[in-house]
Amino acid sequence: MATVLNITDLKTYFYTSAGIAKAVNGVSLSMEAGQILGVVGESGCGKSVTAHSILRLVPYPGKIVSGYIFLDDQNLMALSKREMRRIRGDQISMIFQEPMISLNPAFTIENQLVEALLLHLKISKGEARDRAVEMLRLVEIPAPERRIKEYPHQMSGGMRQRAMIAEALLLRPKVLIADEPTTALDVTIQAQVLDIMYRLTQEMGTAIMLITHNLGLVAESANRVLVMYAGKVVEEGSVRDVFENAGHPYTQGLLRSIPMPGERRGKEQHQLYEMEGIVPDLTALPRGCEFHPRCPFVKEICKQEEPPWCAIGPGHGMSCWLLA
Amino acid sequence: MGTMNTVLKVEHLKKYFPVKKGLLRRGYDFVRAVDDIQFEIHEGETLGLVGESGSGKSTTGRCILRLIDPTGGRIWFKGQEITDMSRKALRPLRQSMQIIFQDPYSSLNPRMTVKEIIGEGLWSNRDLSAREKKERILETMDRVALRPEHYDRHPHEFSGGQRQRIGIARAVILNPEMIVADEPLSALDVSIQAQVINLLERLQEEFGFSYLFISHDLSVVEHISTRIAVMYLGKIVELASKEELYNNPKHPYTVSLLSAVPVPKVQKKRGRIILKGDIPSPLQLPKGCNFHTRCPRRIKICSEVAPEWRDLGNGHYAACHLY
Amino acid sequence: MFRRILANRMGLIGLMVIMANVVLIFVAPWVATHNPLQIDILHQAAPPSKAFLFGTDEFGRDIFSRVVYGARISLSISVLSVLAALLSGVIMGGISGYYGHWVDNIIMRCMDALMSFPAILLAIAIMAVLGAHEYNVVIALGTVYFPRFARLVRGSVLSVKEKEFVEAALAMGTSDLVIIFRHILPNCLAPLIVQVTASLAYAILAEAALSFLGLGAPPPAPSWGNILSDARNFMMYAPWMTVFPGVAITLSVLGFNLFGDALRDVLDPRLRT
Repeated sequence: MATVLNITDLKTYFYTSAGIAKAVNGVSLSMEAGQILGVVGESGCGKSVTAHSILRLVPYPGKIVSGYIFLDDQNLMALSKREMRRIRGDQISMIFQEPMISLNPAFTIENQLVEALLLHLKISKGEARDRAVEMLRLVEIPAPERRIKEYPHQMSGGMRQRAMIAEALLLRPKVLIADEPTTALDVTIQAQVLDIMYRLTQEMGTAIMLITHNLGLVAESANRVLVMYAGKVVEEGSVRDVFENAGHPYTQGLLRSIPMPGERRGKEQHQLYEMEGIVPDLTALPRGCEFHPRCPFVKEICKQEEPPWCAIGPGHGMSCWLLA
Repeated sequence: MGTMNTVLKVEHLKKYFPVKKGLLRRGYDFVRAVDDIQFEIHEGETLGLVGESGSGKSTTGRCILRLIDPTGGRIWFKGQEITDMSRKALRPLRQSMQIIFQDPYSSLNPRMTVKEIIGEGLWSNRDLSAREKKERILETMDRVALRPEHYDRHPHEFSGGQRQRIGIARAVILNPEMIVADEPLSALDVSIQAQVINLLERLQEEFGFSYLFISHDLSVVEHISTRIAVMYLGKIVELASKEELYNNPKHPYTVSLLSAVPVPKVQKKRGRIILKGDIPSPLQLPKGCNFHTRCPRRIKICSEVAPEWRDLGNGHYAACHLY
Repeated sequence: MFRRILANRMGLIGLMVIMANVVLIFVAPWVATHNPLQIDILHQAAPPSKAFLFGTDEFGRDIFSRVVYGARISLSISVLSVLAALLSGVIMGGISGYYGHWVDNIIMRCMDALMSFPAILLAIAIMAVLGAHEYNVVIALGTVYFPRFARLVRGSVLSVKEKEFVEAALAMGTSDLVIIFRHILPNCLAPLIVQVTASLAYAILAEAALSFLGLGAPPPAPSWGNILSDARNFMMYAPWMTVFPGVAITLSVLGFNLFGDALRDVLDPRLRT
């Protein structure tokens, strides 16, 4: 399996008046061609900021402080702004949660797709238009020749998201980052959109980073999953390993706190597991392991030192003192 | 219905919103947000109301509380018909029917303190002394796991989960018989959702009220409800007990909805039913059955005649030509 | 929050100017060197000197004392007129926003009618009808500014009305009046406060303009506007007669504007949460 994206010890901090918020605090990951990597975590865990860091689109007052991001053998951190712009959309694409915000409401779909193509390829406008129509057809938008002339607000939410996917995949990128792509969509539309996304990326061999807080989505579609907490990766492994054999107390707590279909249909009416405490303030992270104030298995060393990364099994590891 | 007390009963409920036909054309079109539905809520139970956007579930919740006035149909609360009651006559009843909102940020007045927010319902109460009111507020705060020192704080000093608990305390302090919970978990993190779900259940056990639990999240609805009603474009397509609905869903929409919900378990690829097409615009509802344009099992009659609401036995109802 | 206002340097300057004005109103009798109405034929149109700090006008009246006492009139008129505009604007805007439909329509069309007149012309017209007197100026300026407040309040009310905590209050059975005063209005304060400071600045200018035209506070009472007016004919030979009241007006207006800006910067993003 070819490694397409490799991130080593990424740190992105936000320099605010309230202090330095360590949004991403030492994240390492790698993505393989044609594979789906799920990144899960609750609000403030740093998953979105990681995505933005890859594309070097971190907004002020954020700054990538250290770390390496390699796309194939290119160090993205070493590229000039101009070179980075060529990568965006062409080799790495991103789709967002709210397509109304990411699609310009003042321009037709045709305008936006064609612009994206012409920015990166030396082809004629006519050819660009044909490719765009073809892409819309692939994302199952009916009557694409007519639809392409529409404005975003004339389309339904699901269709807009599919248009977004079309735009993102136009140039057949190596990596597609999907940041909560279906959170704003209805469940039945969600299934539709994801189905299209997976099918196309399989055909193209694109690597997908699926960022979401919905564990169900990850369980159903991802190959591997990364669990993030307070700017760090706390567990990583194949979906089966993490869901069936979670090692980190946070992962375990998370899995036990979601209602599982079918578990209450019998006589027992057990309650959901409640994790204690709340997510820490990113400007004032606890000493040692960030999760220790909430951990039911906390030991003395957890409060003093950062836990090392230990392997639970082949390709499955976590950052915790329980195994070290 | 049987020996159970019925707290709320709704028959042929309709709510239509007029929409101007166009800039220059005369007359109005109607958005049939709620289009002739009926159901009951029994004492102490939780009726889950699920549906996607445009299903009319939120509008239904507000109609039964008379926060919106229905266009047609009848509503009974604790045996009394409240459909046309004046606002003045409704006031004493309002204590018994409360609401919990989705957004913990806009549902609390940012200029009021916790004490004022929770105690608002007690404000006009003449039977309790100021000290008794304070005690009751503190007691309710304790029940929702808020600490006494939160008494004088303002909403912006709290997290989303805590704010939601303030909203719950506000609803619960008046000892209502029924609470409409309108997507109370959607704005919260997964682990906080667990806290709030458990809290809602504990309170229900203690106080004995009924919930109308409105949500688009089927896993949560399954967890917390006794019976569930599924809505699509203003109509209830199926109503059954939790076990019946999940083990034996009848309506094709329910079936596809259930299969579309992502399950946080690693399992073999399920036979997913992916619906084709988008949800129709509420301004141009399909003829006949609302769902027929996307239904994988439609037959000829579905595009012509709207299906009737039928009792399929065992407390299981559905509106579909297949039955 | 106040700390933040103080941290903004411009705002601090503005605040100091305003405070100076306010203090001046109270200590006028002690600060003024002469009786502002006292005519002194011996020293007509005299340039600034130790005895007459700002010089004298054509009647020999000490301009320094007139300017000091003028603060009283200028400021009290502007404050009163803004207050009148505020109260009537809040009531009209509140009713309009809360009840909507035809009530809203009628009230807003009246506001539009009032706003379609250029402010100064409207004020002049009202003064012409009512006659020159301090209280009439308050009525005139109040009428000119009140539609702007009403509009602002109406807008705020409309948006706050849709918030869920208002729905919660309705679900609790709270009466309309209580909802308006307890829930809606307190949440409309921020833009209102900013508008008040801006209006105060305008009101000072407007009062000066009216007095300049002879339609404001009647002579011989000193108001910055009519000191300027009297000095019009002497601009060439006795420039001190126009400079000092002009500077007083400019400084005050600047003070209110700076403070208002600082206030807006502090309040707006915070209260958006």
